[in-house]
Amino acid sequence: MRTRIAALMMLVLACTASAQSTVPQGNADALPIQATPVAEPPPAESVVAGLSSDSVAITASFNGSDILIYGAIKREAPIPSGPPLQVIVTVEAPSSAVTVWRKERKAGIWVNSEAVRIGAAPGFYAVATSSALDDILLPEWDSRYRISLSHAMRAFAGQIAVESAVPFTEALIRIREDEGLYRLDEGSVSLIDQTLFRADVSLPANLVEGAYKTRIFLLRDGQVIDVFVAPINVRKVGLERWLYRLAFDQPFLYGLMSLAVAVFAGWGASAAFRKLRRP
Amino acid sequence: MQIYLPIAEVSVNAFTLIGLGGLVGLMSGLFGVGGGFLITPLLFFIGIPPAIAVATGANQVVASSVSGVLAHVKRKSVDFRMGGVLLAGGLVGSWMGVWVFTLLQQVGQVDLVVQLCYVVFLGLIGAMMLQESIRALHRSSKPGHRKRLHQHNWVHRWPLKIKFRTSGLYISAFPPLLVGVAVGVLAAIMGVGGGFIMVPAMIYLLGMPTRVVVGTSLFQITFVTAFTTLMHAVSYNTVDMMLAVLLIIGGVVGAQFGTTLGARLRAEQLRILLALLVLAVCGKLALDLFLTPDDLYVIQPGIG
Repeated sequence: MRTRIAALMMLVLACTASAQSTVPQGNADALPIQATPVAEPPPAESVVAGLSSDSVAITASFNGSDILIYGAIKREAPIPSGPPLQVIVTVEAPSSAVTVWRKERKAGIWVNSEAVRIGAAPGFYAVATSSALDDILLPEWDSRYRISLSHAMRAFAGQIAVESAVPFTEALIRIREDEGLYRLDEGSVSLIDQTLFRADVSLPANLVEGAYKTRIFLLRDGQVIDVFVAPINVRKVGLERWLYRLAFDQPFLYGLMSLAVAVFAGWGASAAFRKLRRP
Repeated sequence: MQIYLPIAEVSVNAFTLIGLGGLVGLMSGLFGVGGGFLITPLLFFIGIPPAIAVATGANQVVASSVSGVLAHVKRKSVDFRMGGVLLAGGLVGSWMGVWVFTLLQQVGQVDLVVQLCYVVFLGLIGAMMLQESIRALHRSSKPGHRKRLHQHNWVHRWPLKIKFRTSGLYISAFPPLLVGVAVGVLAAIMGVGGGFIMVPAMIYLLGMPTRVVVGTSLFQITFVTAFTTLMHAVSYNTVDMMLAVLLIIGGVVGAQFGTTLGARLRAEQLRILLALLVLAVCGKLALDLFLTPDDLYVIQPGIG
């Protein structure tokens, strides 16, 4: 009973913390949402979770954002014995096509020679786990739900002309990991009494607009027993949005405007300096 | 202070951009080059996607050249007639250049061609200018040497002669027209205004006095880059106004300082400095081609 109360206290604390960190843009919904069960019969244990904000607003001074993902495990029966419960949280940006080139030395200079075209790779992908990923997730469940970084990209586009696409996909993951776009944070999900969890995922400053997706996996003995999916809407606001829309909806007007700004600034500086020199 | 760029979709430090703009503006006022050959690689270096770096770089060059050209108009060092002829050639050339660029894109390897273009042209021009200006500096330091107004060569024997009063030239309209076309083609392929090619061409091929070269070059660059900016904005949506404004703030101020500084330096010294700058950029690009890269793999958006 005491644990139950402590657990509730934690949840309340998590909610308060989230309310404070919530950006006052949009109608951030901090209420826990009921998870949809994956398979019949309903699992003995399921996730109830919430996000500190379901939307991220990109303003001119946007410099990354932190999202708090928290929740509890709902169960009818007492905590089963055996290996402890584990949680994996993923946050994923919309996917786009990329081409990975390998350079080769030809006649003394380095040129792009072979390429692998990847149909869809997310622009951002973060995996947070409650323990070492290899220990808590079996490979077959990983490939089924596409959880680890190596499963982040889907389908190759066109025919693969190279002997093995593996070094190319590894290079993509490595480069994006260096840029902070792909991340694996093992042990960053804190799990209390196999009942409450929270994960902090920081989104980078060079975030791209779109519909992001958060997934929470509940695992026991290396197998996924429940999944919870929630969207995060990332969009530009204010001046950012206005400029972006103008550039795509009225490109000619936008081009003329950029030129006008340039000419006016050039003329203004010239006039100002003349004034300065001859007061 | 970090600022998020709406089209480039990256967050960068605003002061870095203003500083970069200032540096390039200084070059532009000092040498009459638009600075595109500097700004594009520099923007690329700080993480701006290449297509946006090229288009927005052009927009920034418009501002710094307007600023520079107005300062030169005041000093009466712009040959408008020569600028007009060069511009006519330049617009034809850049239209041809875009066509060549699309062709190269279909074949692949457009990056390599652009990089090779840079190395070859910057190397040739830099070496030529350095050699010539050192010789000129050496000669002018000896007293008793009577300086000719300009060199007469084969260029001056062509038909359709026009008087270019400000430059003190009476030559055929074809050489400047051809220079304009050639610069336009290269400018479109390399994504620059082409000042660093045009300035030496005006001095060595057309025999224009250095005094009017800078202003006239800036005059032509203003229009060519304005045309380029508009083309990029309409067909590729790659002009980032937020990025451009920050670069422009630095650029226009830098250009004014550059023009003032340029008026105080001697023409030979100016040419040596430009030659060294051109050679430095060339050396950096050549090293990138020959040295083993840090990462053999590169990521390009889209399926190309």
